[in-house]
Parts: sequence; C-alpha cells; structure tokens
Amino acid sequence: MIPNQTTLPKKTGKVKFFTTLAMLLIIIITSAVITDVDFWQLFMNVGQAGYILDQMSRPDWSYVSIVLGPLVETIRMAILGTAFGALLAFPFSLYVARNMESNKAISSVLRFLMNIIRTIPELLLAAVFVAVFGIGPFAGIIALAIFSFGMVSKLFFESIETIDEGPIEALKSSGANRLEIMRYGVIPQVISYYWNYVLFAFEINIRASAVLGYIGAGGIGIFLQRALSQVRYDRVAVIILIIFVVVLAIDYVSNKVREKLL
Amino acid sequence: MTLPKPPKGNRAKTIITILVVLAIFVWAFAGISFNGIKATAWQTVQSIVEGFTHPDWGYVWTGEGEDLISLLVETLAIAILGTIMSSLLSIPFGFWAARSRGQKKIVSSSGKFVSSAIRTFPDIILALMFIKMVGPGSFAGILALGVGAIGMLAKFYSESIEAMDHGPTESVVAAGGNKANVLFFATLPQLVPEFLSYTLYRFEIAVRYATILGLVGAGGIGTPLIFALNARAWDRVGIILLGIIVMVTVIDIISGKLRQRLV
Repeated sequence: MIPNQTTLPKKTGKVKFFTTLAMLLIIIITSAVITDVDFWQLFMNVGQAGYILDQMSRPDWSYVSIVLGPLVETIRMAILGTAFGALLAFPFSLYVARNMESNKAISSVLRFLMNIIRTIPELLLAAVFVAVFGIGPFAGIIALAIFSFGMVSKLFFESIETIDEGPIEALKSSGANRLEIMRYGVIPQVISYYWNYVLFAFEINIRASAVLGYIGAGGIGIFLQRALSQVRYDRVAVIILIIFVVVLAIDYVSNKVREKLL
Repeated sequence: MTLPKPPKGNRAKTIITILVVLAIFVWAFAGISFNGIKATAWQTVQSIVEGFTHPDWGYVWTGEGEDLISLLVETLAIAILGTIMSSLLSIPFGFWAARSRGQKKIVSSSGKFVSSAIRTFPDIILALMFIKMVGPGSFAGILALGVGAIGMLAKFYSESIEAMDHGPTESVVAAGGNKANVLFFATLPQLVPEFLSYTLYRFEIAVRYATILGLVGAGGIGTPLIFALNARAWDRVGIILLGIIVMVTVIDIISGKLRQRLV
C-alpha cells in the first residue's frame, strides 16, 4: 500500500533529461550549420511555391491519355519485380531461418548478405542497374526484384523462426525427411504470412516504380521527369493524381486479398 | 507407409487462383520490351566487379570537404533535421487523424485521407519542388524529408493516440487534476515514448532516403554517386556504396538499441 500522499509523485531523472536535451540541441545546431539551413530563403520564395501550387491546381487533363501507357508499364514492372524477388525469397528464407537446421555458417553468411542488400535504397539500385543494362524497364525490374527480395525474405524468415515446433517433431518422429517436414510441417504454418508480405512489398513497389523512371529505369517516371524539366506543373499534377489513384486502388485490392487470406 | 493426402476440398479454388496469378504474370511479361538491354552489359558487369573489389580508398578523406566522410556527415545531418522537422509537423496531423470520443467521424477520416495523400507523394518530387523554391542543396533535401515523412508519422502517431489507455486520464481527473495535469501526468508519459520510437524508426528510413536525394540535386552523398555512375568510375561507386552500407548499418544498430530502451 502507498502511504497517504498529499503531493503528486516527484519526477525522477532531471539531470539525464537535460543532458539529453542539450545533446539534441548540439546535434541540431551542428547539422543546421553543415547543411546551410536558411529559413529566410524559404519565406522569400513562398511566392514560387504559390506559383507551383497554382499551376498544379489546374491539371492538364489532356495529358492523361499520353501517360496511361507508361502507367501500365509501371504496374507491370512492379508486378514482375515483386514476383521475381518474392520467388527468390521463399526458398532463401526457409534456408536461413535459425530453426531450420541448415548449415549454421552458410546461413549466417547469407543472412549477412541479405542485410547488406537491405541497406541500399531502391533508387540507388536502379541507378546502378541503369548504368549496367542501359535505360529501360529492365533495370527497374531488377532493382525492384532485389529490393522485394530483401524485404520479403527478412520479414518471412523472422516469422518462420516463430513457428510452433510441434508439427515438425511429430513429422520427424514418424520418419519424414527434410522436404516432407518443410511441406507438411513448416509451410502450412507460414504461407499466409508469406502472401501478406508479398502484397506489402507490391504496395511499396507500386509507389517506388512511379519514380524509378526519373533516373531512366522505365515507367511513368520518365514523363514525370519530362514534365518537371519543361516546368509543366499542370502535367506533374496529372501524373501525381494518377499515381495516387492507382496506389489507392492497389491498396484497396490488396487489403481485400489479405482479408481473404488471413 | 505414406503421409496422409492433403484435404481435397479446395482443389478447384487453388487451380483457379494459380491460373489467375499466371495470367497476371503473362500479361505483365508480354508488355515489357527487353530490347533496351545493352549488348555490353557483360563487359560492364566485369568492370563493376573490378571496381568494387578495388574501391577508391583515396576518396574516403581528402580534407577538402568533398570527400566521402564529409558528405556522409552531410547526409546524416539532412536526415536528422528532416526527421525532427517532420516529427514536429506530424503531431498536429496525428491528433487530427486520430479518432477520439465525442468527435465527428468526418474529422478523423479527413485527417487520415490527407496523411495518406502525403504518403503517396513521392519524396523525389517534393525534393524537386523545394529545389525550385530554395535552390539546389541540402536545405531542399531537409524540407523534402520534413514534409514527406508527415504521411507516415502522422499515421503512426494517430494510431498510438487512438490506442491510448484512458485509465490514467480518468485517475488524474478523479484526483482533482486540471487539463494541464492531465497533459503532463497522463497523456504525455504515454505518448512520448511511442512517438520517439516511431520517430527513430522514421529516422532510419530518412537516412536511406537522404542518400538518394542527391540524385536530383538535393544534397548529400547521392550527388557524387550519380556523377561517378555517369562517368562509369566504378571504383568510386564502390567506395560510395560501401560508405552508405556502413553508415546505414551503424545507424540501424544505434537506433534499434535506443528504441529497445524506450519501449
């Protein structure tokens, strides 16, 4: 029992709080100096923002028919990129999960490589692959595939590590080999997670593939780059609106599929 | 002895699903033109391997401010300021999008719509627009990250506001506390650790984004990377990618440790 108190409990750790605050302030100020933050310039150029927004509020609807083709290409790129990445991620995750009795050394090396892949943003991957394969959707698909692979395999192997070991032991004691254990003991427990992560990766890839074209990796981004360099914000607005509609539609569909799955 | 056969009930459904997925796949494949691939791809791959295995170590530190370490620090600074800016901007958006008692549903759903609209807006486009406003450089990148992250942070913030336990609030009110007491003894102690944790998570993402902002001229390590790529200087590309990988990994570890202590 707490004895009768007439005052509110005292907060502890004031010193710690203030040192943290001071450190944060030092970091902020140093960063601001390094990056030449100049809010005055921002306020000076508010007129420019007004101009851009004004242009964007009057979209050039005739541009819709031109960008529909590249839009479809963007969706195709996202589908293929996600599919290739997810396809690779499936056996990979089954191998590297710590409870799957694979070779310890090999699987930790593979996990390390996967973590490295995951640190590189998609757009950087795409920039590298455009340099390798030339301008076009192929570079974008490869970049999306690698990104989806990293993401799906990380999420998927972590859910494999949390499965119930009971069915595996039951199969083992009845003499099943490793493939049979996978097929009847592991996969039925995690397959719905897998589809969930694939859909999640697909949603992210749709968003990402919209800008991949900006650096020459195919899809609607090429037109975005064109409209921006021509300072046609009315067209930029059309492209952003179309991307927004597609993203909302895809999110809706994938949520429906997800409800069916889980 | 054989294992029992799987139940047959859903055969037809499975086959239909597979067919639909295959059809989507074929449709996607048929529309992509693969003739853009350079014939020299193989040679390029060889020179990339050559460059990546012999990175340009001389670029790590030259002392002139245009080297790898200076630019990585600049990238980090962009991510820090962008994240702090967006976390401050996201608080009002978070409260707007959070459903609370005695409030019309239209308020919270309009807030949710606005934050998901911001989420769709690609960061690169934001960066290009801010470049038009404040000129190329790090500041444009900071502004792009600061505005772009509102979509995600506001969503997270509003979810933790909705999930807040009302017990402490009622206790403070029952003990005779006023509105300020409720804020300081019930609301903030619950929300601050969660908000900080989400902000750190967003910071990890911002570090990755900050590395690509330079591709469009918004400061950081991306600018020398795109120059090196255009010049096919693979040893330079190699050392820059290595630097990015190391920085992102270190930041992830530090921020993961901090988040563990918060929750």
